[in-house]
Amino acid sequence: MTTGEAALAIDVARRARTAGRRRTHRVELALFLLVLGIAALSLSLGAYAIPLQDVVRTLLGEGTAREDFVVLDLRLPRLALGVLVGAAFGMSGEIFQSVLRNPLASPDIIGVTVGASVAAVLALLVLGLTGIAVSAAAFGGALIVAVLIYLLAWRDGVSGPRFVLIGVAVAFMAHAVLGYLLTRADVRDAQSAMVWMVGSLNGAGWDEIGVVAGALAVLVPAALVLRAPLRALALGDDTARGLGVRAQGARLGLIAVAVALAAVGTAAAGPVAFVAFVAGPIAHRLVGGASALVAAALVGVLVVTGADLLALHLLPGGVQVPVGVVTGLIGAPYLLWLLATAGRGGAG
Amino acid sequence: MATIDTAARRAPLAARRRPAALVGGLGAAGALLAAVAFLGLALGARSIPLDVVIDALLDPRAGDNDHLVVRELRVPRTVIGVAVGAALGLCGAVLQGTTRNPIADPGLLGLTAGASLAVVGAITWLGVASPAGVVWFAFAGTAVAALVVYGIGAIGRSGDEPMRLALIGAAVTAAATSLTTVILLTDLETLERYRFWVVGSLSGRDLGTLVTLSPFLIAGALISIGIGRSLDAIALGDDLARGLGQRLDRARWSSAAAVILLCGTATAIAGPIAFVGLAAPHLARRVTGPDHRWILAYSALLGAIMLVGADVAGRLVAEPGEVEAGLVVAMLGGPVMIAVVRGARPVRR
Repeated sequence: MTTGEAALAIDVARRARTAGRRRTHRVELALFLLVLGIAALSLSLGAYAIPLQDVVRTLLGEGTAREDFVVLDLRLPRLALGVLVGAAFGMSGEIFQSVLRNPLASPDIIGVTVGASVAAVLALLVLGLTGIAVSAAAFGGALIVAVLIYLLAWRDGVSGPRFVLIGVAVAFMAHAVLGYLLTRADVRDAQSAMVWMVGSLNGAGWDEIGVVAGALAVLVPAALVLRAPLRALALGDDTARGLGVRAQGARLGLIAVAVALAAVGTAAAGPVAFVAFVAGPIAHRLVGGASALVAAALVGVLVVTGADLLALHLLPGGVQVPVGVVTGLIGAPYLLWLLATAGRGGAG
Repeated sequence: MATIDTAARRAPLAARRRPAALVGGLGAAGALLAAVAFLGLALGARSIPLDVVIDALLDPRAGDNDHLVVRELRVPRTVIGVAVGAALGLCGAVLQGTTRNPIADPGLLGLTAGASLAVVGAITWLGVASPAGVVWFAFAGTAVAALVVYGIGAIGRSGDEPMRLALIGAAVTAAATSLTTVILLTDLETLERYRFWVVGSLSGRDLGTLVTLSPFLIAGALISIGIGRSLDAIALGDDLARGLGQRLDRARWSSAAAVILLCGTATAIAGPIAFVGLAAPHLARRVTGPDHRWILAYSALLGAIMLVGADVAGRLVAEPGEVEAGLVVAMLGGPVMIAVVRGARPVRR
């Protein structure tokens, strides 16, 4: 290869990388605009509809008392919690799936959020707790199950397939405990436990939003800092080592961040179904195989806020269902459509 | 592909076991199944001595309560357990073989979620109340879900991508589960029936249902046995399998048919029972090595042992009540599964 050819090859590679990055940024921008659109809609629509310009005026502090109440006290907390929870689940799923190199490795499939559900349902049905105590139980349940899976999967390090298999086994056991609790409870209690288990943004208040925002203010930067090792690990342990990444250490750090994200999200809104599972693969297919942490977070936000909008307004007869029912309904078919049409899988 | 723990990769190490040893193992497994089945006949809220059990089977007396319990309650229950467990074990072996994916199982691939949705829909909208009425909807739901998963898998096929099918299955599960939840949250009566169906149980199931559905079971078992060799070839990878003269599409669709027949029947009879389909083939492979015809035979036997054993255990732990077999199998199977996964040779990437 002559120097000219080498220079050309480097140039081509650089251009390809720049093009990939440009596509990533374009996708992220498009997702962000979509989120803004949904945010605007969810602040404006409702039984008491408020035109967009009035929403903006209210946000700037110049609304009437009634607009202040509807926008700032009812709709904005709900939206804010949806955004935070969506980002947490999206990032958590993406980190899990990349680090373990397996699209099934999301917290809702390997038992982390099921662990949270078991703890919460125990708290609800057996201990009779409510409110913040249930959230605390969910948080603890997620952490305990995650640590359990990690320890059980450890054997001279943690490998993706072993982690996922053990996670699936733990999830089966957790589901069995849930099934036991739900069949032994009064059917009304079982139904209210189910509402918690699908995830809901009802009753979002500024206090808990503050807690969640505080947690994410630590976790999101941590995830972004670890983006380089994440990208390396996604290519394989050997490649990562070649790039100077300590595979096991980096993986432990990333999984810890991902578990914390999932636990925070679950504690705040319940295990909003399948957000973590669909966000990563959708983001990967939109971005085109590159690292998609930010895009996955945005997809997560989009799925949760969009699903909440649908759950509140678009079902007939004024039926309001918990957001977690709709997240699976809009995320999963879209993922299926991507899987059916895509020629080659990025994450798959 | 990082996630595949193919039989092909194991082949050189788990060198072919001697057929004599494998036949002996099969005999031992059969004996174990017989023992567990006998326990199933003898143990329960009313424990019956073994000689009375044998008496009840060989020389039934009318009016003897013990004989009545054995013949009318426990024999049907045990027979159903054996059939459903074997069907789930076989189904899991076919799924894991054809998808080259060690975590393929009827639950993860969305089949039981499809069955659940169909059952919930039938209870809510069509007012189907009896367990016998629900059977056909469970069967149809399984079949539709399997066709969707295989169909989408076939449309976007892009070479060697076993994980794709699992991803599609998980997405189908997500969609179906969400729809199911919508119905359950709005309809208390349906939830009341559904929550007992969904845990999976052998109690109160009708032997007549098994008899009605047995042609499907037999057809599914025969197809599975027929594609054993194709599964061996598929384990080597699509290209190599094609090179060996396998017609992959035909093998894939045959396996889909077997899965629908076996898993659909099992779910229709007993409700969605997790784990047997995942764990039985895993355990079987540890014994047999890579030859699929042996894996299939062992999976069927181990599945039957697991389910009947779980049913017996469920009756013992909660006397005089019982814990559903579907729950027990997950609680007992989980630790076994974890031990097996931890004990396996580390999978090289």
